[in-house]
Amino acid sequence: MIEIDDLTKIYGDATAVDHVTMTVETGTITVIVGTSGSGKTTLLRMINRLEEPTSGEVRINGESTLATKPHLLRRRIGYAIQGHGLFPHHTVARNIGAVPQLLGWERDKIRARVDELLSLFSMEPAAFRSRYPAELSGGQQQRVGVARALASRPDLLLMDEPFGALDPIIRARAQDDLRRIQRQLGSTIMLVTHDMEEAIRLGDMVAVMDGGKLVQYATPAEIIAEPATPFVAEMVGDVERPLRLLSLIPLSELVEDGEAEGAAMPAGASLRDALAACLWTGRSAVPVEKDGATIGRVTFAAIRARAELHA
Amino acid sequence: MKVGTILRPALVLLLLALVLRPEWFAPVFAPLAPQGAPVIYERSSLLSLSLSHLGLVAAATAAATLIAVALAIFVTRPAGAAFRPLSRTITNMGQTFPPVAVLALAVPVLGFGAGPTLVALFLYGLLPIFENTVTALTTLPPATMEAARGIGLNRWQRLLRVELPLALLVMLTGIRLSVVIALGTATIGSTVAARTLGEVIIAGLLTNNTAFVLQGGLIVGLFAVLIYDALVQLEAWLARRTGTS
Repeated sequence: MIEIDDLTKIYGDATAVDHVTMTVETGTITVIVGTSGSGKTTLLRMINRLEEPTSGEVRINGESTLATKPHLLRRRIGYAIQGHGLFPHHTVARNIGAVPQLLGWERDKIRARVDELLSLFSMEPAAFRSRYPAELSGGQQQRVGVARALASRPDLLLMDEPFGALDPIIRARAQDDLRRIQRQLGSTIMLVTHDMEEAIRLGDMVAVMDGGKLVQYATPAEIIAEPATPFVAEMVGDVERPLRLLSLIPLSELVEDGEAEGAAMPAGASLRDALAACLWTGRSAVPVEKDGATIGRVTFAAIRARAELHA
Repeated sequence: MKVGTILRPALVLLLLALVLRPEWFAPVFAPLAPQGAPVIYERSSLLSLSLSHLGLVAAATAAATLIAVALAIFVTRPAGAAFRPLSRTITNMGQTFPPVAVLALAVPVLGFGAGPTLVALFLYGLLPIFENTVTALTTLPPATMEAARGIGLNRWQRLLRVELPLALLVMLTGIRLSVVIALGTATIGSTVAARTLGEVIIAGLLTNNTAFVLQGGLIVGLFAVLIYDALVQLEAWLARRTGTS
């Protein structure tokens, strides 16, 4: 559990972060979203003490971060940033193994961990281990950056716009990968972004920052359905709201008995995908399948009714 | 590249021959020597002059590298940032002083011999190394430096594992410039009795013997070209090896 307690950062006479208090549960992804200058990055950087708070404190599993020297604290907290920040003069293996090496792990253990992480990120260890960052594509560099942050199995992983430098297709894949790996490892992740779409897609919880203040901290569904302030509503975008909401709900929630024509969709797909399929192919319902077997259908009318619940 | 593979060994052989078997070149230089004067410099062996010349350059450059890099590291830390303009001024002054003036000023203090030459070469070598190192250390990729802090490297680890290795190539370029300047400048050292290849050139100038001047000049020139080339190769190899090209 990460407890952020009344955290404040003042630069001269500007307040970058203004008395923020929030609690992050272990094993979840929390996305901090806001515009430039909202204080979201400063908030994140105060957690691993790249910035020292003016007042307030952060506790990780009950222990204050002020109790440890900053560089020792940072070895326990993973850190991944936009533009990956890999060491260009070190191989992929040395980059990923950087923190375990600082922590004094044995060579064999580091090597095994590097291979494990490369496999986890769908990169063949034998092919990538001894390459240099300059020899990788942008998406691969980004994955190595996240692998480095995860290498020592940190209590917490901080990510500052980690997908900001990627093109939309690679970004979507990277987000899916992160989600899958986070579920698999049970990591606790705090991620900063300016992109509400990314926040809704990735977050178990979403924290919206504006002018240094935490204006709403809630589940993605709540943020969309009940924005706490006009600013949050603007971030979500009025036109996008119904679609964003539908994107959070899996087909399995609305599945009903009955037949439908056309290609089946997996039960884990979102209502937004089903809506798009209905509109695009002119169908009034789509079949739903699970593990290869058709389990029923989702109708256009049901999707519409679900969206209207929040109207 | 193809030119280099032929030219490089040819120049090395020419240099070796000039230093080790100068008598082979007697027919070539003979027309340039005054009537009845010796064609080939024989007052001391060209090999020992060359070694002493290179030794002076190596010692001066090593000292200049040590001081310039240490100074550059100091002024790029937060604690030393205030000294950056001052240290720039000092190293620039080293460069603006004519080497002859340094020799003239150093002789009364250090006496004749290698001492004043070392001082002049050292002062001359500081600037390129210092400037290049400062530039390299202040233009490191920001994301890499941020990540280095973020994953928990302390100041020393950041300097030794990230900053200096990444700055190495640009530093080497500065060292290369210093070495080449020093190779040429060292010849002047012979005016105050330092044992360098300048001895041959000065002997030629004093006796109007163009053969000597050409001999000394050719050897110094070939050393400069070949050492410059070797350092360029070293930089290219390092760039490939560290993936920073």
